[in-house]
Amino acid sequence: MSEAEVKTNTPSAPAAAVAAPKKDPHAEAKKQRVVTPEYMFLEAPRTKEFITGSEAAKEAIRRSNVDLAIAYPITPQSETMQLVGVLYGEGYVKEYYRGEEEVGVMAAIAGGSRSGVRCYPATAGPGTLRGLEGIASWPGHRLPAVAMFTCRVVNAPLAIQPDNIEVSYLLNCGMIVFHAENQQDMFDFTMAGFTISEKNDVTLPVGVCCDGFFVTHARGYVRMQDRGIKLPPREAYRGAVPVLDAENPPARLSRDAPVQKSNFMAYNIHAVWQQEVWAAVERSRKYINQYMGGLLTAENVDGAEAVIIASGSAAAQSREAVRICAEKGIKVGLIKVRSLRPFPTKELRELCKNTKLIVVPEFNYVGWLAKEVATAIYGYSNAKIIGGPRVYGGQSMPVELIVDEVESGLTGKKSTNVAMSSIMGGAVNQDEVSHFMRSI
Amino acid sequence: MATTEDKRERIIVPGPAGFHPPSAAQLGVSLPDPGEGLFYGLLEKNEDKVIEEMARKMLTSPNATLFPGPMVLWAWNEHAIEKAKATLEIAAQIPNVMIIPMPDYRPKYPKIDPEEVINPNHPNLTIWGNKIEACIFIGVHCHYANLTLKMIRAGTNCCTMAICAEQGHEDAMLTIRDSDVLKLKKTAQIFKKVREEMGIKLPENGDNVRFTGTQSKVHGGKTHTNPLTFMPSVAGTGSASAFGHSAEQMKREG
Repeated sequence: MSEAEVKTNTPSAPAAAVAAPKKDPHAEAKKQRVVTPEYMFLEAPRTKEFITGSEAAKEAIRRSNVDLAIAYPITPQSETMQLVGVLYGEGYVKEYYRGEEEVGVMAAIAGGSRSGVRCYPATAGPGTLRGLEGIASWPGHRLPAVAMFTCRVVNAPLAIQPDNIEVSYLLNCGMIVFHAENQQDMFDFTMAGFTISEKNDVTLPVGVCCDGFFVTHARGYVRMQDRGIKLPPREAYRGAVPVLDAENPPARLSRDAPVQKSNFMAYNIHAVWQQEVWAAVERSRKYINQYMGGLLTAENVDGAEAVIIASGSAAAQSREAVRICAEKGIKVGLIKVRSLRPFPTKELRELCKNTKLIVVPEFNYVGWLAKEVATAIYGYSNAKIIGGPRVYGGQSMPVELIVDEVESGLTGKKSTNVAMSSIMGGAVNQDEVSHFMRSI
Repeated sequence: MATTEDKRERIIVPGPAGFHPPSAAQLGVSLPDPGEGLFYGLLEKNEDKVIEEMARKMLTSPNATLFPGPMVLWAWNEHAIEKAKATLEIAAQIPNVMIIPMPDYRPKYPKIDPEEVINPNHPNLTIWGNKIEACIFIGVHCHYANLTLKMIRAGTNCCTMAICAEQGHEDAMLTIRDSDVLKLKKTAQIFKKVREEMGIKLPENGDNVRFTGTQSKVHGGKTHTNPLTFMPSVAGTGSASAFGHSAEQMKREG
């Protein structure tokens, strides 16, 4: 078909031509039907499509009854929020605009959530860190929202490549943090995030992280519910805090007054306030189990010679490593951590109690997941923990690297890819550790 | 009278628990499912047993006090008014009980009057100031109730109870959830039953709520009052609706 054939409104079209009836761009959105979260997540039929992670996020937002989405461009999330903008045009999102920068975006999200509407921003890498002051204030103000973080390099020199070190900055904000492995996770975690975030006993923001490009720009199969259904709207009056300042009009911009008077009372209130935020993180566990099927997934762990524990894209690479190990006759299990906050401590202690070797591959230098795992199972497992392999700065992770660590871990052969200081656990050769400590 | 025979060690008990004790959630206490309650940090399948223990504590502890929060203090809508009346029905079963409101959540500086209000930023001052050894929170937004309960458990010997419209409160020694008007009325009836079983009588004139010193001053030196004589004012109803809180917006359970 030539270009001319698809034009329907050329400048030379006769003025007398009958104009086609104007189609309501919001028509499909208006037809959407509200269903319960239980139906949406557990019962609704799904069909499979081959789409990118950004498109998966878009489709999740389409079904999430979002009131306010605020965009600010930064690679690799720019496309995601551009697609959410399309949803605004179609009437699926009630309000949408471009912020001035991430500080402003995160502050505006705070205002939107505080006023009682369902909010969605996304950012990445340096944008996450620029917006972090606002993001870190959300949990304390008990502001439900879902934010997407498409992780990339944050350190100088400037790069836009995949690296998930920014997750480590989010772990201690008091928010709930999920790590998506693939496009399906992006879709599921985002939608479940809204429901969990707004539970009265949770009332916290949810961060849905993924490894940029690997997930956002690559395609994968995503099983999705019909686009004609959506989650119920936010019931702000059922939150753990009042909407704005209902009791003291005119509404103040900050609902919670500063408590920094210099006396014991002031310190005490802030201390219990922090306790309460983290208690709310704890309370989210049952909803993650209910709507997402658990904080982790475990494959072939029983009787495995070694277990790989991974999150995000590293889980995908690890799955292939497990397959290669099986071909070599090595039985290896895989634990994929889906929720980083709350962390599946109890589950890992149970799953790893008899494990001899744990390998934790990661897409960052610092090894935040290995540290989390070691802390969680300390005293509950004698496993040797290899905190690696690690790739960063945009490197991909060859599956063979993971396989090498499994093999060297089981045979005692020295690894060429993992530093001695990143090997932890009860089965570590203490002489080697001592030698390492003397040499630094 | 039904009593619990649970032999498990109680987790959340009257304090002082310490300078800065872990929260109940950190101690592994989780919230009850519908129909259940928390009994000193332990899940109790029958919420009526929790309510009976609430009654016993309120009827036998020095200076027992009800702390109503904004959701039953302000006449947001007809439902809030009904809940406020039901709350007063509970008060009407407790001889000499005090009622001290938590009208808002702002810190009170430079100094709180503990006989006037309780505040989530320094609730222990009101507990200490009135030597309160048992109290019930009702109608307080969950976040602020949780702050309050943590501080009271840390620094006082008060037995805290929470009647919650949502999922309950781990940091309260006793808590029930999903408390709509019907459940509040049921609570009042259980309080009545326990009181009668304990042989505790109400004053014949119905004046069973004891004023704090500050409250007494504004009531011309009167020391007690009948809680069932209070009715919501037109001004109260108007003030809530004037700020955009329509019945539909504020409609809660039931």
